[in-house]
Amino acid sequence: MNGNFTIPKFKLPDFVASLGQKLPQWPHALVLVGALNAALKMKLLPESELAMLEDKLFRVRVLDTGGEASYTYRQGLFRPVFRPERDPDLAFAANLSAFLQLLARQEDPDTLFFNRELEITGDTELGLIVKNMLDAVEWPKLPRLPLASS
Amino acid sequence: MSSLPDLVCPAGSLPALKAAVDNGADAVYLGYKNDTNARNFAGLNFDAKSMAEGVRYAHAKGREVLMAINTFPQAGRTADWHAAVDGAVDQGVDAIILADIGLLDYATRKHPQQRLHLSVQGSATSYEAINFCQREFGVRRAVLPRVLTLAQVEHVIKNTSVEIEVFGFGSLCVMNEGRCWLSSYACGESPNTVGACSPAKYVKWDKKPGAMETRLNGILIDRFGDDEPAGYPTLCKGRFEVQGEIYYALEEPTSLNVLELLPDIIKIGVKAIKVEGRQRSPTYVAQVTRTLRAALDAARDSAERFHVKPVWQAELAKVSEGSQATLGAYNRPWR
Repeated sequence: MNGNFTIPKFKLPDFVASLGQKLPQWPHALVLVGALNAALKMKLLPESELAMLEDKLFRVRVLDTGGEASYTYRQGLFRPVFRPERDPDLAFAANLSAFLQLLARQEDPDTLFFNRELEITGDTELGLIVKNMLDAVEWPKLPRLPLASS
Repeated sequence: MSSLPDLVCPAGSLPALKAAVDNGADAVYLGYKNDTNARNFAGLNFDAKSMAEGVRYAHAKGREVLMAINTFPQAGRTADWHAAVDGAVDQGVDAIILADIGLLDYATRKHPQQRLHLSVQGSATSYEAINFCQREFGVRRAVLPRVLTLAQVEHVIKNTSVEIEVFGFGSLCVMNEGRCWLSSYACGESPNTVGACSPAKYVKWDKKPGAMETRLNGILIDRFGDDEPAGYPTLCKGRFEVQGEIYYALEEPTSLNVLELLPDIIKIGVKAIKVEGRQRSPTYVAQVTRTLRAALDAARDSAERFHVKPVWQAELAKVSEGSQATLGAYNRPWR
């Protein structure tokens, strides 16, 4: 991530969420699961911690877009769950800007949690495992995309 | 003029270690993935392989690696702690941070050349206690518990040749360091026994309309309104009903921040400043390390004209627990 680029804290207007809830939810789940499986393929996620995720149900909810994705980890792959039949074992909820700041490693999850910008409910230990697992990943440096110069 | 204290930063993972080194830490401290260290949380810390890489990375850039083996050996399992000490020596760490006197004795007999530090968990607040550890175990540095005023820290420094390390930033707790059993009261496990305060498996964050409740093994610790900052789920930071009033009966969620005192800390000859937070992410480590590095360098360049920049305060305030920072015991009038 380019060090000069920072993601500001923002909240999308409420109508976006009410609109978002009416849209199909499967694209979010597919994108998320695709990214996690790509990380698996690159062997970025440690096997000892992955074993602890087996058959757990996760839900990620983006509050200000109204988007929601559920997924599970089974037999070595993350899989989307389109119609969850039970409460998730672990659920994250935040506005889009907070999720983007987390992904870009611009803010620390505990900071966002203290400031009530990130909500974590369910199995707390599972949450800690996921958080620490993602923190320990050494993401490969992404190639610079020729966006501005083209 | 005294030399600049080392900046000692936390590493709960390899990316956090690299973040500390890349942002100006003089030393990092870390621990194994087991109960021989007091941040034994799921998914955190180092195995032999990641530690070897961490040591290599830090040493390549001329920084030190300090290994925390700062819990107390449990009955019948002393061998696990001995193995941790032997492993640290094999890894070539610059120092081992120990709290238990039996373990200090083991380390100094088995590895007389190894540099040893006395952990904050060793709870030595007087120069007599520190000099005892120097005489008996050759301890080279002591980390002071966060209960002393600055004048008391200076008094200790004047009466010992052991290097003194103090805390400079991070979450505060009730600070009964190395002797706290509050977590065990609630769930039967505490830092000294399993290496973790309020282990996550006992913690429940319960979202209700307009509030979030925190429970530790079923005991209600706190209830936060939607706009209230939250803290770690420890008993010492809970709000309880005492004689009809609900308030923080022991300690408020808060962070220590010594930026304002940096020139004094340098002047009295503190050897190292420690940042709390091995449980935090690489992002936090980068933010705090970068900020304290800038402040220390500014204090070195001009101690008289040193002033705390608002941007440093803002950066540290943002990552603080409870969104408030204090000078802790350093400037308290009581002794």
